[in-house]
Amino acid sequence: MFSLENITNLVSTWLYANLDPTWALVVQFVIVGVLVISLFSILGLVLIMMERRVAAWMQLRLGPNRVGPRGYFQTVADTLKLIVKEGMTPDGADKFLFNLAPFIVMIVSMVIMAPLMFAKGFQIWDVNIGVFFITAVSSVSVIGILMAGWASNNKYSLLGAMRSGAQIVSYELSAGLAILTIVVFSGSLQVSTIVESQADGWWLLKGHVPAVISFVIFIIAVTAETNRAPFDLAEAESELTAGFHTEYSGMKFALFFLAEYVNIFVVCAVGATLYLGGWMPFHIGNWTSFNQVMDYIPSSAWFFGKTFFLIFVIMWFRWTFPRLRIDQLLNLEWKYLLPISLFNLLLATVIAIMGLHF
Amino acid sequence: MLQDVIEAGNGDMIVNVGPQHPATHGVLHLVITIHGETIKKVEPHLGYIHRSIEKMCESLTYRQFIYVTSRMDYLSSHINNHACALLTEKALQIEVPERAQYIRVIMDELTRLASHQLWWGAMAMDIGALTPFFLAFREREMINDIMEETCGARLTMNYMVPGGVMFDIHPNFVQKVKEFNAHFKQKIDEYDELLTGNIIFQNRMKGVGVLSKEDAISFGCTGPTARASGVSCDIRKLFPYEVYDKVSFKECMATEGDSFARYVVRLEEMKESMRIIDQLIDNIPEGEIQGKTKAVLKPPKGEFYTRVETARGELGVYVVSEGATTPYRIKFRSPGFSNLSALDHIARGQKLGDLVAMMGTLDLVIPDIDR
Repeated sequence: MFSLENITNLVSTWLYANLDPTWALVVQFVIVGVLVISLFSILGLVLIMMERRVAAWMQLRLGPNRVGPRGYFQTVADTLKLIVKEGMTPDGADKFLFNLAPFIVMIVSMVIMAPLMFAKGFQIWDVNIGVFFITAVSSVSVIGILMAGWASNNKYSLLGAMRSGAQIVSYELSAGLAILTIVVFSGSLQVSTIVESQADGWWLLKGHVPAVISFVIFIIAVTAETNRAPFDLAEAESELTAGFHTEYSGMKFALFFLAEYVNIFVVCAVGATLYLGGWMPFHIGNWTSFNQVMDYIPSSAWFFGKTFFLIFVIMWFRWTFPRLRIDQLLNLEWKYLLPISLFNLLLATVIAIMGLHF
Repeated sequence: MLQDVIEAGNGDMIVNVGPQHPATHGVLHLVITIHGETIKKVEPHLGYIHRSIEKMCESLTYRQFIYVTSRMDYLSSHINNHACALLTEKALQIEVPERAQYIRVIMDELTRLASHQLWWGAMAMDIGALTPFFLAFREREMINDIMEETCGARLTMNYMVPGGVMFDIHPNFVQKVKEFNAHFKQKIDEYDELLTGNIIFQNRMKGVGVLSKEDAISFGCTGPTARASGVSCDIRKLFPYEVYDKVSFKECMATEGDSFARYVVRLEEMKESMRIIDQLIDNIPEGEIQGKTKAVLKPPKGEFYTRVETARGELGVYVVSEGATTPYRIKFRSPGFSNLSALDHIARGQKLGDLVAMMGTLDLVIPDIDR
């Protein structure tokens, strides 16, 4: 069966056989860096195209259809335009912070990819606190957003950044608690172990009530964390023109934009890993032949399929729901999601301690 | 920026919303004072699209000035034209043939439908739902096509003349209007499914921007805005013109006065407009489309006032005639201006996000406010 694991092992063995260990590590770093950067840009292009197609499909339109075959080069053309556009820094802005902010946001969404398991044996860094690493690093992006809003010297940006700060900090709690539920069940923070624990069934489908509840909470919380509609208050275009990135143009704006989409990918990948079994194929009990057919689908296809399904769900939210108001947003988190997820975690812990999970 | 806030002393921040802002749908300029997210004051600044239409009308003849008014409230241009045509007819006591009356009312109601559809889409977009806009335009496009076929234009139709309408209806008109009505009757439920029943939407709308009945009267609000507060003010019912006294329709009312009531009243009004069209479309009588008029219209000396119900409320036309071919003085009472004046009152103490929702449900058209 085709597997990316063979390729990575082959490259690794070859490197260590021909170079001394330090240089082999350096070469591996370079390869990984290039891969992540190219994945970053490809994801940006693909997800923006996907968003526009999904939007068009839901809104009775055709979507992009001019540049290239069926409009597939539209995002490439957009990116080219953004690259050659002047990146302006407004007068009165804090120039250093203003220019630093998009990079912080982008670097965060790149670093967060490290513990993700893209396929069987295809992972950049199998750190033993993988899930914790993702939650910890993803909270840094709010600093970039606050920085952008404050340094722009624009009232709309400031309001957007304030909203974003309140929102991301609150919803991180629910997202973290939802993740912890699965951590309790699988008994590990390591991404590879969590995926292994789902070999005989995905956590969402195994029939644990806390897992299902935490999945719903997780999806709501990550939609809010990535500033997507119906929680896109930070950039609510009808209220704050563009929120925290009102003053950004050219590539600096594009970095925010790309980071948003890569963040969506990352959170959906985390969701797919925790609840939908990561790269694990879909198996049904004793149906041996069915399970074998499922095994023939490459593990990377499973992973990306699940991730893109979740991405589609989040896009679906965006194109159907109106936006919440800031007080309703915070009420939802502090009065409903947080108590529910705390109780849910407690329930999950009780189940795990009594050994009722399977 | 920080300096402003410090100087204000109490943490208030003054934000300019507009004249170029995605939520004002035109060049409205609101200077709002906010404390955090809470609005303390809204001060509309007008005049960015003032074209002195009233003054222009004074140098045009009674046949010509009708068409300038298409550019006032461009979403109900038919109804604006209708008001001016009614005024000339009243001043000169011109009989309008029954066929023309029927056509005028059908056209008015189609315009009202198109206007409300656009309002529905734009309001949904203001509160962050983008898809409704496209659904609304799907139906509005059908109305525009009907208008284009008969009137020759899609937005500023210029179809009314003193004494009737400019051309006879297109042979396809009756069938197309029926098709549209049948289509829209099914699709209006889709509007409810997508937006009205949505829990987020209801939370955003209910209890927000409450305009009491007394306030609605004292601010001079008209149209769906006032009817949502329980003020009966439908000119079509109270002072029927053309064939509005022959058709049965309901004056849509609500008592809550909040944004959701305004929303529901407008949705109901769309259904009533369809009922009116249904009653009239099969019974358009044969006959003339224009009454007998002189080539040069010279109303007698005096003052004349007519009013009609546009999609936004009561449009009044007041003309002082000196017996010449052009009006001596003309004044429009536009519904948008009075409705906007209530914005400051209903917005105080609400959140910034509610401001756009309230502006959306007040259904402001800026050229109508400025003229």
